[in-house]
Amino acid sequence: MSFDLELDEDQQAIAELFGGFFDKEVGAERVRNAESLGFDAALWDSLCDLGAAGMSAASADAGGVRASDLIVACEMMGRSAAPVPWVEHLSASPYVPDSDVLKGSRIVSLAVRPADSEGIWRLVPAGAIANTIVGLDGDEFVAVNSAAPGVAPANHGSAPIADRASRTGERRVIGGRADFEIARDRWRLLTSASLVGVAKKALELALHYLGEREQFGRPIAAFQALQHGVADFPAHVDGAELIVHKTAWAMDGDLRGPVDVGDGKVHAPDVLAQMALCFARDAAALTTGRSLHYHGSYGFSQEYEIQLYYRRARAWPALLESPEAGRARLADLLWPREDG
Amino acid sequence: MRFDESEELKALRDELRGIIARTVTDEARHEAHESGTNMCAALYREMGAAGLIGRAIVGIGTGGPPELFTILHELEKASAPYDAISMVTGITAVVDRTANEELKREVLPRLLSGESLVCFGMTEPSAGSDLAGVQTRAEQDGDQWVINGSKVWTTMAHVADYCFVLAKSGEGEKGRAAFTTFFIPMETPGIRIEPIWTMSTERSNSVFFDDVRVDPKYILGEPHGGWKTLGIQLTFERGMGNTAFGIPMLRRFTEWAKESGSLADPMVRDRMAQVAIDNEISQLLTQKAVWKASEGLGGAEGSIAKVFATEAYQRASGELQNLAGPEGFLSFGAPNAAGEGWIDYDARHSVPQTIQGGTSEINRNTIAERHLGLPKTR
Repeated sequence: MSFDLELDEDQQAIAELFGGFFDKEVGAERVRNAESLGFDAALWDSLCDLGAAGMSAASADAGGVRASDLIVACEMMGRSAAPVPWVEHLSASPYVPDSDVLKGSRIVSLAVRPADSEGIWRLVPAGAIANTIVGLDGDEFVAVNSAAPGVAPANHGSAPIADRASRTGERRVIGGRADFEIARDRWRLLTSASLVGVAKKALELALHYLGEREQFGRPIAAFQALQHGVADFPAHVDGAELIVHKTAWAMDGDLRGPVDVGDGKVHAPDVLAQMALCFARDAAALTTGRSLHYHGSYGFSQEYEIQLYYRRARAWPALLESPEAGRARLADLLWPREDG
Repeated sequence: MRFDESEELKALRDELRGIIARTVTDEARHEAHESGTNMCAALYREMGAAGLIGRAIVGIGTGGPPELFTILHELEKASAPYDAISMVTGITAVVDRTANEELKREVLPRLLSGESLVCFGMTEPSAGSDLAGVQTRAEQDGDQWVINGSKVWTTMAHVADYCFVLAKSGEGEKGRAAFTTFFIPMETPGIRIEPIWTMSTERSNSVFFDDVRVDPKYILGEPHGGWKTLGIQLTFERGMGNTAFGIPMLRRFTEWAKESGSLADPMVRDRMAQVAIDNEISQLLTQKAVWKASEGLGGAEGSIAKVFATEAYQRASGELQNLAGPEGFLSFGAPNAAGEGWIDYDARHSVPQTIQGGTSEINRNTIAERHLGLPKTR
């Protein structure tokens, strides 16, 4: 077996199952209706009925699947902007795999940034709705059970974020810094996968609008200025999709293969996950940004879908780091600093 | 999806790396840059002797697009003199598909052994992206053809043994001109070559055809069927190579950054990280184009890879040159040149990449029309 870019049978089944689910259940109206908190509890319950909450379980018997399957699932979610904490739950659940978690009746999330000096995790993804948070406090990777606040501050991505305490509630140590980094790489991967879905949707919306909107007596799709702008989308969409798949493939094979960017060899999951997030966020920002622009002022209005994606494309990765910080970390992985 | 290379391809890489290490010496690279002729005869002959040229050519060897990609990828990563051999691999597949048996017997062994080089006589002073504007004429005279006209940007013409020539040969259907493609020996009387010196270390040429008499056996495809031959040629050209130049650029820049102490500079690290990302994406997009082609599903993926990779290389080479300061603008041979002149080399070498082999704009048209289904705009 070697190089093959076809989705395998399991991936195709996942794409059909969850693609079909989100197409049927989630329209722009449902996303808008959930914007104040960024969470639709009924939708989460229906998703969990499909076994979605347990897909990060360690064994296949418990419902676990490969990273290569999770990315396909998360891409489908991103395509619909579904207001459910799936990326967060799949990133954190391997560390607290009790039955309520694997069923989804208890939502868990990962505090992607370490706790501050007061022990507070700031603006945790899904922090407004998760009853268990795992994250780093000092050098300890801990799991804390405490009541979700149920409210989120108004924010750009309409995400259910909230500050959470790492030192109050039922707290136990589950590992160290290295475990936290592995959990974060999983979050990076799944967030990147959902951004691939966002970028694909942005392309779809752009093509639809270019074909429908007429100016100067013809569809605006006939203008070369717009064609050349949208012709940049496929490289970004495909490039993001390919690096997300390569990262998952490396994680599933537990590859600790060589990294030599001077020879075009990149096979390590941590390097790939960072590259994937850096590129997927740029791809989602470029495609949603241009797509919105091509909608003219309508793109700016709440009535049109594209703004929902535009805001999420920018907000989701920002909960971890700026693009500059992401590249700085990648540089540290590729060219370690002598001062440590 | 899987991203591992087959054992056969790994072995091919290793074999070629060995040949490159033996033949592409610093002197050979220097000679290519000095003369403006980006070739290395020793490399090509060894590749030919090992059967590597034929191996990469669909329909001839045991390989196909993945082998071609692997070979071009290794040559690009090594900054081996590249242009001459990439033209040979591009044209040989077309000769194999479209030449008559007699011509194939004459030229294929010489092309596959690495002995003969080729050049492309397509572009003309007034016909670049729009090849329908080609004015060079081919007229029948008895049982021979007579060619008159001129070509430009015919890189390698001065060392090539054959030239792939596109010429207008008469009126076709619906009032459109008909074209014929030839594969003409460069020693044929009436061919004159003048150099075009460029801002890079690459010499190109103008080629003039003055009553050049050609036997009909040198026609590729059917007389007046040049458009079809050209279509075959273009499918072999786009997106398999010329997408990995960012890799040796980053390798050399990293060496310079270490030596100069710039590797600690956050601005430098930021750009280096971006180049590493863009290189990886360029490689993946190329691999997708190769995979599609080998599955017989080739579409606009070659154009997608080419636009992304060449524009990323061009952007990055300029940024890295700026980061290297004034020394980054010093050329080969200048004292204190950053990266011994290679940083300046990349900033020059990247310039024509978005022009040759289909401009970025022509490729964006292809992507818009063939990949996205948008209407033709011209």
